[in-house]
Amino acid sequence: MIPKETNPLDSSSQRTSIWEELKSKGYSRRDFLRFCSYAAAIAGIELSSFGKMVSALENKARPPVVWLHFQECTCCSESFIRSSHPIVSDVVLNLLSLDYTETLQAASGHQAEKSRLDTIKKGGHILLVEGAVPLKNHGVYCMIGGRTAEHILKESAENASAIIAWGSCASNGCIQAAKPNPTSATPIHKILSRQVINVPGCPPIADVMTAVVAHILTFGDVRLHLDMQGRPKEFYGRRVHDTCYRRPYYDAGLFVESWDDDNARKGYCLYKMGCRGPVTYNACAVTKWNEGTSYPIQSGHGCIGCSENNWWDQGPFYQHQAGFPGFGIESTADTIGAVAAIVAGAAVASHAISTNIRKRKLIKEHMDESVPSEDRRLGDADRRKGGE
Amino acid sequence: MAKRVVVDPVTRIEGHLRIEAVVENGVIKDAFSSGTMVRGIEIILRGRDPRDAWAFTERVCGVCTTVHALASVRTVEDAIGISVPQNAELIRNLMFCAQYLQDHVIHFYHLHALDWVDIISALKADPKEASVIAQDILGGKLGSKWAKTSPAYFSDLKKKLEKFASTGQLGIFANGYWGHPDFKLPPAVNLIAVAHYLEALEWQKEIVKIHAIFGGKNPHPNYLVGGVPCSLNINELNAINTERLNHVGKLIDDAIDIVNNMYVPDLLAIAGFYKDTWTASKGGGLNNYLAYGDLPVRGYNKFDYKNPTSFKFPRGAILNFPNDLSIHEINPRDKNKGISEYIKHSWYKYSGGDDKNLHPWDGETELNYTGKDRYEYLDVQNKYSWLKTPRWKFEVNENGKKVYKDHAMEVGPLARMIVGYANAAANNKADQDFKTVVDDTLKKLGVPITALHSTLGRTAARGLETILVCKWTKEFFSELIANIKAGNTSTHNGEKWDPNTWHSDKPLLEGVGMTEAPRGALAHWIRIEDKKIKNYQLVVPTTWNASPRDANNIKSAYEEALIGVPMKNIDQPLEIIRTIHSFDPCLACAVHLYDPNGQHIHQIKVG
Repeated sequence: MIPKETNPLDSSSQRTSIWEELKSKGYSRRDFLRFCSYAAAIAGIELSSFGKMVSALENKARPPVVWLHFQECTCCSESFIRSSHPIVSDVVLNLLSLDYTETLQAASGHQAEKSRLDTIKKGGHILLVEGAVPLKNHGVYCMIGGRTAEHILKESAENASAIIAWGSCASNGCIQAAKPNPTSATPIHKILSRQVINVPGCPPIADVMTAVVAHILTFGDVRLHLDMQGRPKEFYGRRVHDTCYRRPYYDAGLFVESWDDDNARKGYCLYKMGCRGPVTYNACAVTKWNEGTSYPIQSGHGCIGCSENNWWDQGPFYQHQAGFPGFGIESTADTIGAVAAIVAGAAVASHAISTNIRKRKLIKEHMDESVPSEDRRLGDADRRKGGE
Repeated sequence: MAKRVVVDPVTRIEGHLRIEAVVENGVIKDAFSSGTMVRGIEIILRGRDPRDAWAFTERVCGVCTTVHALASVRTVEDAIGISVPQNAELIRNLMFCAQYLQDHVIHFYHLHALDWVDIISALKADPKEASVIAQDILGGKLGSKWAKTSPAYFSDLKKKLEKFASTGQLGIFANGYWGHPDFKLPPAVNLIAVAHYLEALEWQKEIVKIHAIFGGKNPHPNYLVGGVPCSLNINELNAINTERLNHVGKLIDDAIDIVNNMYVPDLLAIAGFYKDTWTASKGGGLNNYLAYGDLPVRGYNKFDYKNPTSFKFPRGAILNFPNDLSIHEINPRDKNKGISEYIKHSWYKYSGGDDKNLHPWDGETELNYTGKDRYEYLDVQNKYSWLKTPRWKFEVNENGKKVYKDHAMEVGPLARMIVGYANAAANNKADQDFKTVVDDTLKKLGVPITALHSTLGRTAARGLETILVCKWTKEFFSELIANIKAGNTSTHNGEKWDPNTWHSDKPLLEGVGMTEAPRGALAHWIRIEDKKIKNYQLVVPTTWNASPRDANNIKSAYEEALIGVPMKNIDQPLEIIRTIHSFDPCLACAVHLYDPNGQHIHQIKVG
């Protein structure tokens, strides 16, 4: 639990509440409740807690936020502003008090630094960190205002009420930490001796980012729901593979065999093209990207596993991993398509495989039957081009 | 007396940039630009599968996401000798255009506008006056469509702003340079700009859905060597089908509306109030411009200087604008003339001496940090940046003699528009839109062509090219639909997907991939040996523009542009960030290091 006195909502009680803010800006009570329900839905807050959340946003002030940038590419900031929340401008401008963010703030140089120092001096701020911190050679590989990233991070973290590591850079080091990690790029939880909420991904999904913030604003006890790697369970508790809409094709052994082949045009499973869905824990297949528009697998490319530790060194990306411990079916999946019958042994795994081969036939038949023969002929543009 | 002004961090950019300027009698006499962060992505790329390189290089930058992925797949395709199907080229073009539309609008409103717009002054605006001006600026177009030019709309916004300011929590607007004498907009226009800041913030997330449709997500959509990862199938739910295409079409139409009815009118209105800034002494800088060109019409490999319409953005270099509009050819493979990099003032070391310059294929890098781990001022007489200094070598006439000389070049929207303009002026078969759109705008504002050579010229060029990009996006989309209609749905060329097919005749493969990032000319160079990356290098737009001096003490674009810029109040560096922002800096892109000879990076002295 976050101690009460460090809860950002309690420490800033003199400030205007979010409801007051919205009201003054012309939003109705109904708009406000709608905002709360969206935030709740995104954050996965159960209905019984909804009243508590409404009350939190209604009565508490805008919490001050300091957003630091170190070794990164700014994709996390870019993702954040893609939040498909109905009042996205208000997330950025009014629901939070973004006192320091190099990407958007008006002031530069000393004036910018002053904003940061004023806020961290008062304390009780939420610290959001984008980027890894280079530790080699006293940290000279990332300097801001003549000071090292490490110095700025520690200084800004001291009185923070909550710390979030945005994206893979801050959570697991990401690309600059890939072998041979020339600058000793380090995730922030290895530098700070306190709980850090890791929100990995390159970048994380926009709606996941705003939801994590919404969750903290509401309960302040998000760390109770973190997994072993410090990730919020609600977004990083399921494998992409287990939530993927192409999973039935995997189970049936129907795979894309080469790019843009007939199977790719039917949207079969991308496992053989190197998809990392089976070893990646993320919300992509459920929450999806850009207001639910798509996610990598839906657009024909395998998952590259961008939210996992050391993901850059698990490649090459187009070579699928032969097997992963604990998943007997997957370890032999790539032979299913080629070998018609694997009947060795009476183990659970082989039972599962033969079950899936039967299922595969069934799915294939269903699919073929579901398309009337005439339509099938007209439907395939390439075949028409070639044959008629 | 001369005074040293330090701006660090420069905010509203991508990455970590520091500017030190020497100000004397209210005018900048000298300036130094420094990139203060390094990651080492090229070292990390060595030994990896070249087909993965797009994913690594895409992470160079999340603001101009996609551009490094595109340069990378082109580089690898060039090295292994393949071209991509026409549909893949069209989809890449559509993703390129979506990036421009989002990036340029976000740059104008969210990264640059607060250099021209005084948000506090908007509190004094008369909403009725704002309504009349908005109707006038926008020709009623926006109003008729969105009903967002009414007095009620502005009155509501003003109330929100007043309430916001009264909380004392100014958030991102805290400690801004409000009230600076160089803010020239009347309160009503400031209020309109604030309104559109918020409108644009809402819209920018829409256009990038084109990336999500074809590439699965934004930022950082997926690319693929040999084509694009998505398949086209108009009779399949699991592919790019009619619904997906409809979605793309709608997003393009909405973008055209925003650009033509909000972004460009706002830009021209604001530019009109800052007419005195349209002079060469105010941020013009170099007179040399370089553009690699992009948006292939008949295939990326088929660029031809003699065919002026083979790329929508033509390729070429201009020396001594506006006196000379001749277009010079650029050859990225030429190791004797063409492109090279210096490190005299960068924290690196060359084995042949720090005064030398090296072509990217022959480049070498050894980190050599000579600064301190805490400093108040940079040691600008020596090394002072993690950016290298690229130069373009070309023959010039000096005292009747022809000599090869290294030139500092500006890249970006202004370079592209000037090369496009010169192309149109020289050849009536070339795209005349470049000339028309520039001439019309200059006429409307009542300024000569020399006015382009300025801070505002750069900012205006970005808006003008966006008009052209809108038009082209529509063309590429229609072409894609026509192809599908004709039964051509191929999106990938897999003939050399298998690395075992690469080295049949050559043990060493070399490739170059060029593109135009929103911020300017971008190229990657690769060497492949035994199916693995032997060496991978990037020379990016912000390296051209923001680099330190070269070995001959020639300044690059940022430093040159700041010379002569007046500063009214040295405690409020508004004029500095205004000029720097006009380049749209992207520092994560600009800083990189590589070690093609496989040498270990040496210990760094911290002194």
